Amino acid sequence: MRELDVKLITENVAEMCKEAAYYLPDDVYRGLKRGRETEQSPVGRIVLDQIIKNAEIARAEDRPYCQDTGMTIVFLEVGQDLHIVGGNLEDAINAGIAKGYTEGYLRKSVVGEPLFNRVNTKNNTPGVIYTQIVPGDKLSITVAPKGFGSENKSGIKMLVPADGVRGVKKAVMEIILHASMNPCPPMVVGIGIGGTMDRAALLSKKALTRSIDERNPMPEYAKLEQELLDMINSTGIGPQLGGTTSALAVNIEWAPTHIAGLPVAVTICCHAMRHAHRVL
Amino acid sequence: MAESIRITTPFTEEMSRKLKAGDSVLITGTIISARDAAHKVMTEALARGEKLPVDWTNQIVYYLGPTPAKPGDPIGSCGPTTSGRMDAYTPTMLEQGIKGMVGKGSRTKEVVESMKKNGATYFAAVGGAAALIAKSVKSYTVLAYPELGPEAVAALEVVDFPAIVVIDCEGNNFYEIGQKDYRHFDIDKI
Repeated sequence: MRELDVKLITENVAEMCKEAAYYLPDDVYRGLKRGRETEQSPVGRIVLDQIIKNAEIARAEDRPYCQDTGMTIVFLEVGQDLHIVGGNLEDAINAGIAKGYTEGYLRKSVVGEPLFNRVNTKNNTPGVIYTQIVPGDKLSITVAPKGFGSENKSGIKMLVPADGVRGVKKAVMEIILHASMNPCPPMVVGIGIGGTMDRAALLSKKALTRSIDERNPMPEYAKLEQELLDMINSTGIGPQLGGTTSALAVNIEWAPTHIAGLPVAVTICCHAMRHAHRVL
Repeated sequence: MAESIRITTPFTEEMSRKLKAGDSVLITGTIISARDAAHKVMTEALARGEKLPVDWTNQIVYYLGPTPAKPGDPIGSCGPTTSGRMDAYTPTMLEQGIKGMVGKGSRTKEVVESMKKNGATYFAAVGGAAALIAKSVKSYTVLAYPELGPEAVAALEVVDFPAIVVIDCEGNNFYEIGQKDYRHFDIDKI
């Protein structure tokens, strides 16, 4: 059985936290450039110019793209034939987050308890860690820090089967209109349809780790992605101060669900759609 | 958009009342950062009848929690945070003499009414443009509540800090004006 030392996991997670904070993925950068070409609002073009220049400065100078370097979401796919040695997997991930956020001069934005005693943990731990067991002997790690300007505008709606496609569109657009210019558009919109309430929410997060240039492989969902994108771009929200580039992409993931249900979850991401991926 | 208007602090009510929603500005001078935790502490202190550690008369508040500065830099990345979270505290703070606020996102009716009364202007900086905005910040000095870390109240010396007037002293709102021409969507037609 292949062995993997937790020290290696910690080192890689630390590097990925920095990488995600400094380097906007190429697909998102190209999406912003395309938006700049087609944006109809003069003020919108000024905003997009600033956002594009910001990405270039962050990349060239190893600086955080946004001061909200997020709560650290980590998606793990653990091969069932892999033996992790030298310590506890979740501890190793959190040690990597602490190291990356400290060494990388990233903002520590996590409080240890949400309601009665909101004290900063001072190293951005704990992360939000999702683990899936898969075939093979590799460890796949995706680090996706999530800023809360946009997270606070995300939402979920428990529809019923009779609501259908029209109901899904309405539910998504209600959340988008409520969010308006607040989540730092141009947004990337992750949608989870089906499963249970919690699974739909998780799918809407996972959808954001897919490239903005890649459509859902099922034609019906790919078409829905495009229709929703067109609707969002006709709301006038634009790049924060009005315009036609409200979103860069809509990514939908779906899962089997119950005969009585049609859960729809929407995670809104700002233009800082950051993630880093490695396989160990 | 017309050429940017240059503003030098202190920012008086007279200066504030001249600005109109949609104006592009470049701010030079001192602005003061405060966000959720600092607003909570300050308004609680005022409720107890205490004096604040900072004189807010004719100041511009910046809703900000920066990343830590790298060695040799005055500040880390420092874009605006969502202003709406400060809305509950804002009328009280405007009574302290604040004439300008820099953040991002919408404000409540109560805030806009208090802005009209106090002659205050709300500016937006581009959300997320944090590495770019850092270029206009020359120094960062903590003034109060250092225990709040990135949420401490601090003085920022800025040169040509770029912002846009979103809500002016008369309550005109550029978020609404800016969206109107590009809105072709009606949710009831889905």
